[in-house]
Amino acid sequence: MSDVSMDKVNKVYENGFHAVKDMSLDIADGEFMVLVGPSGCGKTTALRMVAGLEDITSGILRIGGKEVNDETPKERDIAMVFQNYALYPHMTVAQNIGFALKLRKLPKNELDAKVKEAAGILGLTDWLDRKPGQLSGGQRQRVAMGRAIVRQPSVFLMDEPLSNLDAKLRVQMRAEVARIQRQIGVSTIYVTHDQVEAMTMGDRVTVMRDGTLQQVDTPQNLYDSPDNIFVAAFIGSPAQNLYDATVGEGARSIKLGSQDVELPESVVLKRPGLRAYAGKEVVVGMRPEHLRAESSTSTGPKIVGEVDLVESLGSELVVHFTIDAHRVIAEGAVDKDEAAALQSGEGVARVEAKTPVKPGDRVTFSVDIEDMQFFDPKTGLAVRG
Amino acid sequence: MRNRKRTGWHRYINGINISAFFVVLFVGLPLYWLIASSFKTPANLGNSPPQFFPNPVSVGNYTDAFKNNDFGQYFINSLIVTLIATALVLILGTMAGYALGRLPMRGKFTLMVTLLIISVFPAIAVIAPLYLVLRNLGWLNSYQGLIIPYTAFNLPFAIWILRNYMLGIPKEMEETGRIDGAGPFRTLWTIILPMALPGIFTAGIFCFTACWTEFLMALTFNSANQYRTIPVGIAEFGTVFTVPYGTIFAASVVAVVPIGILVFIFRKFVISGLTSGAVKG
Repeated sequence: MSDVSMDKVNKVYENGFHAVKDMSLDIADGEFMVLVGPSGCGKTTALRMVAGLEDITSGILRIGGKEVNDETPKERDIAMVFQNYALYPHMTVAQNIGFALKLRKLPKNELDAKVKEAAGILGLTDWLDRKPGQLSGGQRQRVAMGRAIVRQPSVFLMDEPLSNLDAKLRVQMRAEVARIQRQIGVSTIYVTHDQVEAMTMGDRVTVMRDGTLQQVDTPQNLYDSPDNIFVAAFIGSPAQNLYDATVGEGARSIKLGSQDVELPESVVLKRPGLRAYAGKEVVVGMRPEHLRAESSTSTGPKIVGEVDLVESLGSELVVHFTIDAHRVIAEGAVDKDEAAALQSGEGVARVEAKTPVKPGDRVTFSVDIEDMQFFDPKTGLAVRG
Repeated sequence: MRNRKRTGWHRYINGINISAFFVVLFVGLPLYWLIASSFKTPANLGNSPPQFFPNPVSVGNYTDAFKNNDFGQYFINSLIVTLIATALVLILGTMAGYALGRLPMRGKFTLMVTLLIISVFPAIAVIAPLYLVLRNLGWLNSYQGLIIPYTAFNLPFAIWILRNYMLGIPKEMEETGRIDGAGPFRTLWTIILPMALPGIFTAGIFCFTACWTEFLMALTFNSANQYRTIPVGIAEFGTVFTVPYGTIFAASVVAVVPIGILVFIFRKFVISGLTSGAVKG
């Protein structure tokens, strides 16, 4: 068990592609750190550098305080779970799990005991004599986990371990992987492109984009106060509604398309930086759950939108609406197809299941203005202090 | 068409089965004729109309092949040459295929194309110079005089098959081996080789068959009776005046047996070995 620290780590491939740029990250002993970002953001490369499968171009990687840049994966004492599991197809489950220990020349009885223990933790005891080909996807995933935990490594590395499972099993294994990690308490770096996985599993989450670290924080902080537009758009599902807006005189209101939304004093007090934007453009972000469909008589800030589509999730309704403001699409946070499908001005609200809305309605949403997020349209950075 | 229910033997009558029947007939009939004729008496061989079933069944041709001719010696010669050449091809081919499929190397493409060119090179084009080389080495009428050329001629194709097979093995298999602490040789031996077995069997069977049936070089380089292989041996059964068809048929049947056994045992691997490159990429 050890902490991991990356100090200005860079990866430049032979073809000149700069995959990871000046990445500095500290992962505490026993911490579950999730690296998340769209595909090609460098998260897997970063993980593979920690594993020792990829050379570090510059910077220092330390595991347990010791510089390990030039050490082999074996010497680093890490265990890794791959996306495709990479189980040895010609070996039984027991042999798969015990392979690393066998290479370490562990006595047979000790090896068997450890394999049994790992199998017990993962519920694989009845399957030890099977070959991977005879197992279901979930069981294979467990074997891959077993192979990692049996070693009691200093660091666990997981590269999208759940992405080959079907949706239901993924949710189940998500909880299970997190449980096992807590049980054995080994520092873990977990790479995923799925922000729901990142939010639910990580003690802390690192958001990456184009090889650059965007923000490192607890899942809740990432959600509530993203540092920039990219993080704001990437974290959360359905995605945050981001619009171009203009801050009114004295920062007392916001002009969102043709609508004026009043801005209470408290909002500006919390974000003094906003005053400087009076009369200027800003990007506002509203989480779908912060828009509530209410009767038009209620007081407080409101926006009116025309409903395009209502999706019922049973527990709530997802209402797609349009306002006449310009929708901001954070580059890279949503993929191109998704961006193309987003009409200009389209927004999403999550409202109570019983709310009587239907396509074509003009609905008034009351805005939880305290939770609104503001970003500079040029730098993309959050407007706060 | 699909929905029409057919019952009894009618359901076996469809385009695919009928085509298959003719293919089997086309391929199987000569083989049957070979086996049937080998059990006929010399007198019955030339019967008109021909006998479809040998009557009486005679093993005279077999005893003639083994007793009056040196077929047993030819068989052993073939076995020695073929097995050693195949083993060499597989050992070298596996390592080369692994290197070409996996390791970062310069000039891979050129090398692969060169190998492909060599593998379609007609043996007859090099037979004269090769003869001179072997003569100078003193390797005419020796086992190595066939083993080495056979290895050289079969290696390129084997490398192609094995390299394509290696490409189909996910690179994570090696990475996970590295993380588990296995060195390069151990990774190749305990992880890659078992996974590449179908490819190795495929290459092995192709190589075995090619060496087993090779005629031209065997005829040219090993003319001494002591070193003759089966194909040459059978061809030389006859004299100027007679062709002992029965003996030739019997010897051919024996010659087919090892290949039949090999293919029968490894057919599953061969099929997966030949298709794997296509689907896994």
